[in-house]
Amino acid sequence: MARVNALVITGYGTNCENESAYALKAAGAQSADIVYFSDLVAGHVRMDSYNYLLCPGGFLDGDDLGAAQAAALRWRWANAADGSPVLDQLKAFFNSGGIILGICNGFQLLCKLGLLPAVGGRYFERQISLSHNDSGRFEDRWVRLKANPASPCVFTKGIDLIDMPVRHGEGKIIPMDDATFQAILDSNLVAVQYVDPATGEPTQEYPANPNGSPLGVAGLTDPSGRILGLMPHPEAYNHPTNHPSWTRGTDPAIPLGLAMLEAGVRYLQDR
Amino acid sequence: MLFRVVVGLKEGVRDVVGEKVARKIRSELGMAVDDVRIVSVFTLEGVSPEQVDTALERAALHDPVLHEVSLSPLARDFDWILEVGFRPGVTDNEGRTARETLGVALGLSKKELESVRVYTSRQYLIRAGLDEAGVHRIAADLLANELIQRFEYKSAAQWAASPGFEARAARVTGQASDAVASVAISTMTDDELMDFSRANTLALSLRELHVIRDYYANPAVRAARTAMGLGDEPTDAEIEVLAQTWSEHCKHKIFGAKIDYENRETGRSAIYSSLYRTFIQGSTKALRERNAACGPHGDYCLSVFKDNAGVIAFSETLNVCVKMETHNSPSALDPYGGALTGIVGVNRDPMGTGLGANLLCNTDVFCFASPFHEGELPPRLLHPRRVFEGVREGVEHGGNKSGIPTVNGSIVFDERYLGKPLVYCGTIGTMPKTVAGRPSHKKQAMPGDFIVMSGGRIGADGIHGATFSSEELHEGSPATAVQIGDPITQRKMYDFLMRARDRGLYNAITDNGAGGLSSSVGEMAEDTGGFDMDLARAPLKYDGLRPWEILISEAQERMTMAVPPAKIDEFLALSAEMDVESTVLGTFTGSGKYLVRYGDKHVACLDMEFLHEGVPQMELEAVWERPVVASEPVPAVADQGGLLKAMLGRLNICSKEYVVRQYDHEVQGRSAVKPMVGVKADGPSDAGVLRPELGSERGLVVSHGICPQYSDLDTYWMMANAIDEAIRNAVAVGGDISYMAGCDNFCWCDPVQSESTPDGRYKLAQLVRANLALAHFCLGFGVPCVSGKDSMKNDYKGGGRKISIPPTVLFSVIGVIPDVNKCVTSDFKAPGDLIYVLGLTRPEFGGSEVAAQLGFSHASVPQVDLLSAKARYQTLFAAMQAGLVSACHDCSDGGLGVTLAEMCIGGRLGARIDLAAVPACEAMDATGLLYAESASRLVVSVPPAHAAAFEARFAGQWFARIGAVDDSGALRAVHGEGAVLDEPVEALARAFKATLDW
Repeated sequence: MARVNALVITGYGTNCENESAYALKAAGAQSADIVYFSDLVAGHVRMDSYNYLLCPGGFLDGDDLGAAQAAALRWRWANAADGSPVLDQLKAFFNSGGIILGICNGFQLLCKLGLLPAVGGRYFERQISLSHNDSGRFEDRWVRLKANPASPCVFTKGIDLIDMPVRHGEGKIIPMDDATFQAILDSNLVAVQYVDPATGEPTQEYPANPNGSPLGVAGLTDPSGRILGLMPHPEAYNHPTNHPSWTRGTDPAIPLGLAMLEAGVRYLQDR
Repeated sequence: MLFRVVVGLKEGVRDVVGEKVARKIRSELGMAVDDVRIVSVFTLEGVSPEQVDTALERAALHDPVLHEVSLSPLARDFDWILEVGFRPGVTDNEGRTARETLGVALGLSKKELESVRVYTSRQYLIRAGLDEAGVHRIAADLLANELIQRFEYKSAAQWAASPGFEARAARVTGQASDAVASVAISTMTDDELMDFSRANTLALSLRELHVIRDYYANPAVRAARTAMGLGDEPTDAEIEVLAQTWSEHCKHKIFGAKIDYENRETGRSAIYSSLYRTFIQGSTKALRERNAACGPHGDYCLSVFKDNAGVIAFSETLNVCVKMETHNSPSALDPYGGALTGIVGVNRDPMGTGLGANLLCNTDVFCFASPFHEGELPPRLLHPRRVFEGVREGVEHGGNKSGIPTVNGSIVFDERYLGKPLVYCGTIGTMPKTVAGRPSHKKQAMPGDFIVMSGGRIGADGIHGATFSSEELHEGSPATAVQIGDPITQRKMYDFLMRARDRGLYNAITDNGAGGLSSSVGEMAEDTGGFDMDLARAPLKYDGLRPWEILISEAQERMTMAVPPAKIDEFLALSAEMDVESTVLGTFTGSGKYLVRYGDKHVACLDMEFLHEGVPQMELEAVWERPVVASEPVPAVADQGGLLKAMLGRLNICSKEYVVRQYDHEVQGRSAVKPMVGVKADGPSDAGVLRPELGSERGLVVSHGICPQYSDLDTYWMMANAIDEAIRNAVAVGGDISYMAGCDNFCWCDPVQSESTPDGRYKLAQLVRANLALAHFCLGFGVPCVSGKDSMKNDYKGGGRKISIPPTVLFSVIGVIPDVNKCVTSDFKAPGDLIYVLGLTRPEFGGSEVAAQLGFSHASVPQVDLLSAKARYQTLFAAMQAGLVSACHDCSDGGLGVTLAEMCIGGRLGARIDLAAVPACEAMDATGLLYAESASRLVVSVPPAHAAAFEARFAGQWFARIGAVDDSGALRAVHGEGAVLDEPVEALARAFKATLDW
């Protein structure tokens, strides 16, 4: 079985690195190193010793120019101490079979870097963006998600319905154009959708769909299925008492958010 | 040359932010608008036209999916266009990020980036039938705060004639200055001394000025100064340093004053040498001794009162520290910036405690006047709704962007908070028991250590914050006291410092808050007995600050460390690598001198002992006379259902979900009891619980009590109720009273007798009585205070009016919970569960919500029966540990009626209650039983199978089974034979949520 070495990237306003690393280990990763972007730049760490990359939530650069916009430019243009582009390490990491999970601000980063959805295999081309929730507000509330069984996503294998919190102000997916959105649907790149807890069906109704994202899209994968980005926080449901109604008893059909991180671990181990 | 890069949404992208602004114009200003759209403007300085083209091509400032970008105006289709930008020197976070991003996208070196500036502004494109006065009102009363922002506008016709606004650089222009003035205090008359103090916002009293004058006249001091080449008169910097260090804000002189207290009610008098030492420190000291001798958890207090936050032991491996602050005066002037600075400011307290703490969670409590306030506002005061919204948003940005969950809080309303809103911000931190081989709760700067400042740069912002907040708010209060926090600069600094801590790169750390470098370095130097600092090395945001201004500036996001010479290279290298500015400013010494230079020039030289110990003790008088208040009978109520709904909708009771949802309350993944609970997550919880160690089931409960409504009757019982409420809230979710610590935050109106405060003796007596209660109830409950703060000048004077806040104490509690899986929430769980009320109900309506609702006066303030309350809390904890309790909620504002309604709402379950079963100490009618606010009561539900075991545990205590949960969908109450109310739970939920459903 392959060893799972996870890399949790932080710095510049990312703030979910600790629970993300904890969740990765709880999900079965042998190691989960918290590494600052500056460590990559300084050359203290290289990405090639890892096979599981997690881009955690937070407020990269305060989301000042739009969520993760400034950070995407940093990834795009920064050079390591030896003069090589940091982005080359990310490309090599993905091309050598690594898996990537972007959560909330990390999802926004992957979209703005063009790693998601990569319709037509066109990686590093920005095809969608994430913008302000229709409510005009940042909100913290729990949502129910349904995984798309037809999606190639490795992180949702074996998952049907799952609960976790959303905590964002800019989570509504906006495609470059209608054709891009259609291509996302046609290639089954929709990985998870917000559903009405009563029916289990995707919804546009607030607050079950907290941001107004079209077709309730909460997360996307890429054509390889090795990248998942989603607005809700699977790492924040790492213990039964995280659930807002745990004192009322838990539904055995709904797993912890950790299930998503575990699916990634399983994929690497079984490969 | 300036370039204006204009960024607008593409056709077809919904302008959600514009829609929100339009909603606010309609709801907050009551003005009709068709729509509002937003255009962002980045004004670039110090770049070439080619660089601007490259920046646009590389999409450095816009998102090509969402935006169109242009160097010429984009605005179209509007009736009015309004542009709002910052005034020079005001923190512009988006501008900072845009500048850094330009550097990244253009590949600029640090040096090349030095000359680049980006200033942001925002255009509002308004479609509405408005005249110029209407647009001006939208700008001045909603979208711009003229203290920190500028605005301009054009009509569509004006725009067509001359499109665009002129490019403006919000640049501070100034020359570097090493000017040090001397102040001729030896020759000033008393009047001149006081004029000098007032004109310079020094807040020094005449007596203090005399002590300072005498110090400089001392022959030994003169000789020493002559030997160093210093004059006989103080320098401007020395006066400023003394004023900051001796300010009420920093020195807590009223709490340290000698007070002659006369109680005219009992005819007894007493002299207190210091409220702080006698009652607050004194009670904690006694409790620590008691706990060390026989407490079940030993003396779990590790560091109390002496550091930036109080530290207790949490587990074998972790310590927890707690600190609460207020940021009232700045929030009055600029609610957003004041509150944002409040929260990121208090974050630095745990960060600067011991060797530095990781930030675990925030709590926030706000006190406002009604957001529905009508009528003329006194000069300089903002409308309470604007204050509410600004503070809410400031704390949202401060907490959320820093990745610190807001786990607990409340909002209290009273018309007198119009004069000054209270903005309590608290932060709890954790520190591994040992870091780099040292106990984490201790720190010690050593002689020879370098003074290093890390984080943001120094600007004119925040000069005189400490002394300004030591005065009443008035029409001429200085604008420089207002700042805007920068959570991301602080986050980067925090990331760096936590790594530096774990590598053992410094010996001591403290934050730069009130008084700036003067305080942080001055206080840390008490470890070594002196320091020598060169201000010419200090990094500035812009030139033009004089040395004294650099020394006392309260510019945010800065920490001061003592770094040993052997570690300095590693410290500075790590800092540079992580994009954090750190600067060596000098060294700690054992010279006994507070020595500050600017290059070769002396700026200040003071004896450490005089600076820290020289302030004369105040001597004050306090006189207590019980206010005469009539007690009227509770009016007859015909419609009990209507009354319950009206009570649920009252500002002090209604749902605060609107605010709660906008605060991230679970980042870090530790949450076990959230602020909102129940089937629809809309029932209020009593306290927050989280797991500080993710791999452990051990929990930390965070709660608070605040009862200013009782202050007008007797601050003794106000304090007792606040302590009781905080503990009770913690107990309600599963807290253990034997393992709790408190934090007291006093906000008072000026209690010093003077011409402008003719009732100072009474207000000081109120303070004395609150302290008497604090000592009594902390000792009795066995909950030691480990940290606290006071803010003593919460008055407003202007337009011929004085508004003083009601004396207000926020009492916060943290406590250790052995196993979070045993926590209990307030929502009813299942039909058939039995409902009990714990504690005795008495006809106590003084200050109650029902008295305000029904408009009757009552003198009877709720009193806390300490012994029975403590036994109840201990028994309840044991019952919860045994798993006997399915739901628990405390009885506070709105009494039993509101508590039951909230438990029904949480569970979306009905209940049937017989009020005749409620244990009461005398005959009370249904209204009285439902709404009296007697202290120390809780309502619990118990599954029938556990009823016998539960009742056995409470045998001998005041408690009764009053009904049961059912699936009727309604809350029904009877009083013996008589029906009282029968209200659908959904109707109660609607009433609870309607008031602040914004």
